[in-house]
Amino acid sequence: MSENAIVVENLSKRYLIGHRLSASGGRFKYTALRDIIGREISNFTRKAADVVRGRQVVQGDEIEEFWALKNVSFEVKQGEVLGIVGRNGAGKSTLLKILSRITEPTEGRISLRGRVSSLLEVGTGFHPELTGRENIFLNGAILGMTQREIRRKFDEIVAFAGVDKFLDTPVKHYSSGMYVRLAFAVAAHLDSDIMIVDEVLAVGDHEFRQKCLAKMNNIASHQGRTVLLVSHDLAAVSEMAIRALLVEGGRVAADGNVADIVSRYLSRDADAIYVRPPGQKSSTPFINRIEVCTSESNAVHRFGEPLEVKIWIQHDAPIEKGCLTLNVHNQHQHAIFDALAHYPYFRFGNSQNKTLLICKLPSPKLYVGKYYLSVHLSEPPGGDLYESLDGVCMFEVTRTDRTSLFPRLSGECAYFEEYYWETADADTTEHYVTHVASHSTLQDVD
Amino acid sequence: MQDVIIIEAGRTERHYWLDLWRYRELFRVLAWRDLSVRYKQTVIGVLWALIRPFLTMLVFTVIFGRIAKLPTDGNAPYALLVFAGILPWTLFSTGLSEASNSLINNTSLISKVYFPRLIVPIATVVVAFVDFLISFCILILLIVWYWFLPDWRIIVLPIFVLLAFFASVGPALWITSLNVKYRDFRYVIPFIVQFGLYVSPVGFSSSVVPAQWRLLYSLNPMVGVIDGFRWCILRGQNELYLPGLLASGAVIAFFLWFGVRQFRKTEKSFADLI
Repeated sequence: MSENAIVVENLSKRYLIGHRLSASGGRFKYTALRDIIGREISNFTRKAADVVRGRQVVQGDEIEEFWALKNVSFEVKQGEVLGIVGRNGAGKSTLLKILSRITEPTEGRISLRGRVSSLLEVGTGFHPELTGRENIFLNGAILGMTQREIRRKFDEIVAFAGVDKFLDTPVKHYSSGMYVRLAFAVAAHLDSDIMIVDEVLAVGDHEFRQKCLAKMNNIASHQGRTVLLVSHDLAAVSEMAIRALLVEGGRVAADGNVADIVSRYLSRDADAIYVRPPGQKSSTPFINRIEVCTSESNAVHRFGEPLEVKIWIQHDAPIEKGCLTLNVHNQHQHAIFDALAHYPYFRFGNSQNKTLLICKLPSPKLYVGKYYLSVHLSEPPGGDLYESLDGVCMFEVTRTDRTSLFPRLSGECAYFEEYYWETADADTTEHYVTHVASHSTLQDVD
Repeated sequence: MQDVIIIEAGRTERHYWLDLWRYRELFRVLAWRDLSVRYKQTVIGVLWALIRPFLTMLVFTVIFGRIAKLPTDGNAPYALLVFAGILPWTLFSTGLSEASNSLINNTSLISKVYFPRLIVPIATVVVAFVDFLISFCILILLIVWYWFLPDWRIIVLPIFVLLAFFASVGPALWITSLNVKYRDFRYVIPFIVQFGLYVSPVGFSSSVVPAQWRLLYSLNPMVGVIDGFRWCILRGQNELYLPGLLASGAVIAFFLWFGVRQFRKTEKSFADLI
């Protein structure tokens, strides 16, 4: 029997959040200067009292307790790869932060057996002024490698990142792709008993992602190593993990086989409209609502009709450099295409505090099947990620305008392409030379 | 046997100091990072560590020595007296101001990786210490220039260097942990440093302070440190005022204890607050 590498018992984490009572509505319907002054004074005295008592100071008029995690318990066996899925704000990151000892739990107990490395971000501590070589040593030390270990793996790291020509260039001159490649390369060469990994796969171009995935798989399959993996990339989670947890509202909603958990996670969002859950506060821009305007009701879209995706963004201040990425995924969690609205080529969010972005697809080529959206709102690469939504707004594409002997099965192909067939004389040699349409007898009936 | 890590609410890290030792490599790397970043993209680089104290010394010598005509200690050259005060003062003030901002300058580290947080502020004080060593070259030049060679007392100097080091670490730890919660404190530091330069005997000898105020004056921890420095470097031209030195030492020890205590108390919530 293999031992438990990680045991989590009744873990809870509480945060205090403050609310500002708005001048209109709420209790202060008619705002008088007296009220404002009174409120500010009482806030100030409360803050002063908190300072004196050494407690956390919370901005706002009313304080609310918020349980980011509540009574979370699970066990991970040694050598097991556990995926953790859940929506944004479900508590996944808090869980990882507690497991990596960055923050303390409010209640509960965890025991970890062995050396723990946590990768909550690639390139933690990278300094732009330092060269690639120096950053490898710096980042390695931050992640817990000894200098000897780094020196031993140095060539391997450089080769993996493919930056050997720029080793002595400050990383501020690196392209964002090179930067993340180097950052991931260092992280990928960590060697410990328990690895806690968050979202690090979402970096680089496609080719590098494949390389990362292969490396991660390699890490995960390493004998006796325990891996906790949080990712929005459900394809990656399903590929690497065998078991998964579904976290919802700070609780473990389900624990089991990764395929079941992923499908359960996705089925919860079988709705063409995403509405931001009420009660979530955010100071940075956030996405309020996403709607897929399909041609039919019940989120069914008929092939050939134009499709629209509407995204409402809420922002207190104008968004200076907004980047919005819309990805469409199929039911196998493969990304089919993306639609980008990126600064400086496309600017949005400059005027009011609400922006509606409409993505128009005049003739989408999506194949018959179910699709999901992932929407990411951020600053340009290297900046903040404001919001990242995955697996929202499910819709279904049907195609009924054609008759065919063979039914088109949902998700069988990725997309429809325009094509036509023609017949030609099979005996003329020129067609053999150019290899064009030698079996063109079955003509599609449109 | 693999080690087991237990994470629990309110569990004071029993192996905290051992952990600190285990992370010594990170400490070294962070100090090295701060050092190498410090003078990157500067034209004259390390020379800054020489120019600043040198110019301060010139100005102070002219203002306090020539214009105000304050007395020196014994027959020590006034420039040397001033520089023996500037050295510990710069060590203290750069250490204090850099370390006080160290935690918020390393936000990404603190919110993403675990390590004993004490490493960050102390690593920055080490950087100030390297600057101190560089400025020390000027002192040697001055000593040669005036041919005012130190005697056996110079051996005691490391003790006072250590004292200056602790004097900056103590308050720095306290302020940096407060800084995480209340950013107000980042505005306090430049003020303390500027103010402290005039209330500490940097540009003048502490012997100009009336005798009945001397002990009270020594509650400023830098008074004891600077006096000690002068005593070591200037062949004891100033009489070492022992009660004052003890008072300064006690204040330094208190702040060190208080700083470490406050730091440890709030350390666990840094990642939530920063």
